[in-house]
Amino acid sequence: MDFLRPASWEEALAAKAEHPTAVPIAGGTDVMVEINFDHRRPEYLLDLNRVGDLYEWEVGEDSVRLGASVPYAKIMEHLRAELPGLALASHTVASPQIRNRGGVGGNLGTASPAGDAHPALLAAGAEVEVQSAARGTRLVPIDDFYTGVKRNALQPDELIRAVHVRKADGPQQYSKVGTRNAMVIAVCAFGLALHPDTRTVRTGIGSAAPTPVRAATAEDFLNAALEEGGFWDSGKVITPSVARQFADLCAASCNPIDDVRGTAGYRRHAVGVMARRTLTWTWESYRGTRTASEGAA
Amino acid sequence: MRVKFTVNGRPQEADDVWEGESLLYVLRERLGLPGSKNACEQGECGSCTVRLDGVPVCSCLVAAGQVEGRDVVTVEGLADHARRRAAAGARGTSLPDAQQARGGADSHTGEGTELSPVQQAFLDAGAVQCGFCTPGLLVAADELLESHPNPSDEDVREALSGNLCRCTGYEKIMDAVRLAAARQGEAV
Repeated sequence: MDFLRPASWEEALAAKAEHPTAVPIAGGTDVMVEINFDHRRPEYLLDLNRVGDLYEWEVGEDSVRLGASVPYAKIMEHLRAELPGLALASHTVASPQIRNRGGVGGNLGTASPAGDAHPALLAAGAEVEVQSAARGTRLVPIDDFYTGVKRNALQPDELIRAVHVRKADGPQQYSKVGTRNAMVIAVCAFGLALHPDTRTVRTGIGSAAPTPVRAATAEDFLNAALEEGGFWDSGKVITPSVARQFADLCAASCNPIDDVRGTAGYRRHAVGVMARRTLTWTWESYRGTRTASEGAA
Repeated sequence: MRVKFTVNGRPQEADDVWEGESLLYVLRERLGLPGSKNACEQGECGSCTVRLDGVPVCSCLVAAGQVEGRDVVTVEGLADHARRRAAAGARGTSLPDAQQARGGADSHTGEGTELSPVQQAFLDAGAVQCGFCTPGLLVAADELLESHPNPSDEDVREALSGNLCRCTGYEKIMDAVRLAAARQGEAV
């Protein structure tokens, strides 16, 4: 095994171009587990800890450009207002020790269906900035990024530089099912974001299909129901039948398996419950801010 | 490969380090610091918790090569770290400027040093049973009291949520952290 220690992003890209089999390591919270358990013996480890750019973030007009190695602890601390869904998801990651090391780049690189960040990224809307020495930068829409179980859209010579996450324009929620509060790999997880600017709702489901997925049919149904009922303007309570139908469609959009953490049937049921709850929480919050602003006017 | 870094305030060098080796292995097997415990090797138990540039991390998940040129504090250096922090606080100076421990004590291995307030509180509160989880808990609890001098019970539970103990049921550990926080408050 060789340990590559690039001191800059350019050096990292050059190293990855020269050694496409090199496994990038930043927080190490996935890679080191595989090495410790002898599940993986990469020819090259590509250490990204020295690449300072990866630990920075920029808050722009419409989105946050989040460096791939920004640890979850920093997201929780500094980006709660801009990225509430991702901040909530970050809270559920493992333990303080892991949140001090792990970041979204690793979650995307590993592309496990159980990765905690994915539902939040899918719901908020995001693009993954990847780069290679040969072809430069490309932005991969999050909807196209996950290509299979632990597979993603990266080419062998590419590295993840950052993720551009749309800033919240409305309430966002994140919910995760596990056996305890800390140190839990999700049995399943659900992210939901209201986008009042475009009058749309976006979702993200974790651990209930071969890849993280959006519940597209459920979103279409809900967007139409909210529009037809004039809910965005009136801010009235969402009809229970609409919430129920949305939950059922979310559950139906899963393609889960039975495994040690839970059965497919349980996952489908839990996704439906989380869909209904996160919709209720976010919608109540949306109604609250509407009432507050009307009261002030 | 060779790895050079600082452990408990002292420059260290490890030779013939395997590229896939963890910081935990280097500390225990190459530098003679067995205080950090090796249990799950997957970041679940927190027994191997150390401070890396001040931040609590699982040393089993840090590749040895990643610590090149960086600063590590293990449980062996905790008493010295706490003493320097207290001295710096009293004199209003930053940590690195504060005076090193003196006398026959070894700040590197912790031999002969007095216990840190958190260590003493764990003993006094009966928070140590088999002791295997204790080093990781001490490092995590000490960091909590550094960043949150008056933690709520929720803060303590959250800060220690990455450290598993299979003996105590955690109540005595909670008592110990409360005790250490109270003593720390009195001392100021």
